[in-house]
Amino acid sequence: MSDNYLSSPRGFKSWLTTVDHKRIGVMYLASILFAFLLGGIFAMLIRIELLKPGHNIMSADTYNRVFTLHGAIMIFLFIIPSIPAALGNFVLPLMLGAKDVAFPRLNLASYYIYVAGALLAVTAMVTGGVDTGWTFYTPYSTTTNGSVGLMTFAAFVLGFSSIFTGINFIATIHKLRAPGMGWFRMPLFAWGIYATAIIQVLATPVLGITLLLIIMERVFSVGIFNPQLGGDPILFQHFFWFYSHPAVYIMILPGMAIISEVIPCFSRKTIFGYKAIAYSSIAIAGVSFLVWGHHMFVSGQSPLANVIFSFLTFLVAIPSGVKVFNWIATMYKGSISLEAPMLYAISFLLLFAIGGLTGLFLGALATDVHLHDTYFVVAHFHFVMMGGTVMAFLAGLHYWWPKMFGRMYSEKWARVSAALIFVGFNVTFLSQFVLGSRGMPRRYYNYLDQFQPLHVFSTVGSWILGLGFVIMAGYLWASLRRPLEAPANPWGAVGLEWQTASPPPEHNFEKVPIVTGEPYDYSTPEPEAAEVQA
Amino acid sequence: MDAHRTPAGTYAKVLGALLTLTVITVLAAGCEFGSWNVIIALGIASIKASLVALFFMHLRQDKPMSAIIFVTGAAMLGVFLMICTVDSNARGENAVRPATRETGAAGLRAVQGSPSPTAERR
Amino acid sequence: MSATAAPPGEFLQHHFTTAEQQADAGKIGMWLFLVTELLLFGGLFVGFAIMQSLHREAFVAAHRHLDRMLGFINTVVLLTSSYTMAMAVHNARTDRRKRVIVYLLLTLICAGIFLGIKYVEYSHKFHEGLLPGRFYSHKGDTVPGQFMFFSFYFMMTGLHGLHILGGMVVMAWVLRRAVRGDFSHSYYTPVDLTGLYWHLVDLIWIYLFPLLYLIK
Repeated sequence: MSDNYLSSPRGFKSWLTTVDHKRIGVMYLASILFAFLLGGIFAMLIRIELLKPGHNIMSADTYNRVFTLHGAIMIFLFIIPSIPAALGNFVLPLMLGAKDVAFPRLNLASYYIYVAGALLAVTAMVTGGVDTGWTFYTPYSTTTNGSVGLMTFAAFVLGFSSIFTGINFIATIHKLRAPGMGWFRMPLFAWGIYATAIIQVLATPVLGITLLLIIMERVFSVGIFNPQLGGDPILFQHFFWFYSHPAVYIMILPGMAIISEVIPCFSRKTIFGYKAIAYSSIAIAGVSFLVWGHHMFVSGQSPLANVIFSFLTFLVAIPSGVKVFNWIATMYKGSISLEAPMLYAISFLLLFAIGGLTGLFLGALATDVHLHDTYFVVAHFHFVMMGGTVMAFLAGLHYWWPKMFGRMYSEKWARVSAALIFVGFNVTFLSQFVLGSRGMPRRYYNYLDQFQPLHVFSTVGSWILGLGFVIMAGYLWASLRRPLEAPANPWGAVGLEWQTASPPPEHNFEKVPIVTGEPYDYSTPEPEAAEVQA
Repeated sequence: MDAHRTPAGTYAKVLGALLTLTVITVLAAGCEFGSWNVIIALGIASIKASLVALFFMHLRQDKPMSAIIFVTGAAMLGVFLMICTVDSNARGENAVRPATRETGAAGLRAVQGSPSPTAERR
Repeated sequence: MSATAAPPGEFLQHHFTTAEQQADAGKIGMWLFLVTELLLFGGLFVGFAIMQSLHREAFVAAHRHLDRMLGFINTVVLLTSSYTMAMAVHNARTDRRKRVIVYLLLTLICAGIFLGIKYVEYSHKFHEGLLPGRFYSHKGDTVPGQFMFFSFYFMMTGLHGLHILGGMVVMAWVLRRAVRGDFSHSYYTPVDLTGLYWHLVDLIWIYLFPLLYLIK
């Protein structure tokens, strides 16, 4: 067996000092999956506590800490880095025909900064925890006890990891495309990552300064967010959401990018509306900066701002709709095969549609007044983040797994897992739409007896969901113990990453690829998107 | 390598302009132009900033991408500033308002009396 | 005219095909980083603008404690350092190694003067009790609430000062490489990119000075 990026160079130290984007991607993958496990355990604890009103397995104070940490871990340690840093790092240079990202050393630095942020976050968890909710609203966050300063500093550090990844990807896409690969011959995954990177670069610094200001308020009482000192707590919310709304597009755009890769492959059909999807990614990135106030409709923000933000929020749904229609049109009259990546992609289409549509209820002022801070919101964002991004992440993970590790997983067990996850997810979260619309508030430890049946239903759903993930961990781990037998192109897919071995050699390609064909050219039985020339 | 054709003398001229503008802005701040003072000061600052960006930072000669990146960032900052200001000014009579100067000072005394949250550990 | 320059291929990284591609990528990367710095400071500017509009009298009264002359001198010093930095880049691009070293040293000296003056200003503030937030202890104010101005003064000039310090560290490293003879017309990217960073630090001060010291 010839050498590949996993086997050579050898040794633990060679992994710690690597600048190979593929190894860095694998390290990120392991880290974010661990974060997902940790956040998932907190989720299970929340759902067990909510099996009955009042005290069940933890005190109210502990409950506040648990849901805060669930949110903070899932957002900052799992979902934001997940697709870009784990899958994107691995796949993007290969897809572009490049030998690495533009700044390989910065890439390694990004990873170590992520680890540092993660360690700081864990320290904050064990030295007193945080009970503010992941949104750190003032004045509670600036006056409460606990490790708020440490946790916000951890998030500050993690922000730099995200920024550096974004800088790296933008430069890579601009300068390292293979000869012949113009912007409109690039895979749509690259367009999605590019739009994501724009948001990472523009939005994250504002989170950075917001977190620093929380620390300044706690240590110096600077006054900016404290109403007693002449400050404005609503200003905090402006600062916080200016990042955190675009952040949700950092989460979904890479997911959409994966769907644009998987659906053409498993429909054996070229993507419908390539340019529309490409432009819509950029449009989403742009408009995402203009809608943050829809998180603040009942905060005391001015009615003028409310109206502006509500209107703009409806606009941002349009490019997402364009994508969904184009994906469905791609499948129409295609030759569909339902391997695991496609099962997750189809799940994405349904669940993201539901999540997105329920966003409209929340974007409309009159309905949001009733739904804000209820379980309806919780269900909405879990549908888009988990039903959307996580499903897409799983699609990508299964799609590129043989490329990354040179082994196939058990398709049978993958289907079992996908079914459990789909069913478990819906049982857990559809019930929460109902809970919310009937008045169950979010972040509440105690609740009225009438809400208990739905809470129990939701918790049982979380167990089905958890089982699905446990099985997935099992078959993926088992696949790594198989021999390296995966072919270069197990799916018959079109794309430069499939033109090199599975797993790829350290330098990616034996010869520099030269691109002459269009992307997603599934018109011939043996598709060749690029000719790899001498 | 992109050709920066700026001769060394140009940099000196730009520095001269920047220093002159700085003197002007200090002198203007000493005069009473009412609400125009802010506009003058920020306007001069923007001219100085443009000189630094165009000449010292080579935006005049570089490929357009650098300028596009910079302008996009500045535009986003502008959007943030604008909407926050519009919202702050548009909050009506019954809005929750930050403290008046008297209560602000009282709030400060209260805060100075108590230790910060970081000083208290559970 | 030209000192011994390093062979151009020596600094070409393996994943780039030409030196121009590498330099272009570096420039894009640095401009992106500068935009993140713009937005980081920008948040403080937005906070300052809103708080000033809510507490106009207090901010006007407070800013009179600042020494305009020192602020003016610091502005002159920083603008000059931008000039010397631009000259360092220019000379790196035209293979004048000794002048690169001289101009980098001048830039470092200007930066040092800037920080020195800031130290003088800060000491004065500490003596007068003109400190941020809860630590404000200045006596005899006729207009209350001036602590908020000093919260912003210290946060903004402090963050700016940290960036000056960071810039000096990077400049010292670039200076070392210049002494070693790494730079020539075919490879001067580190000087170029350090220059861009330094000019941004100058840009931020160009706005800080009038906002904090001059505006009524």
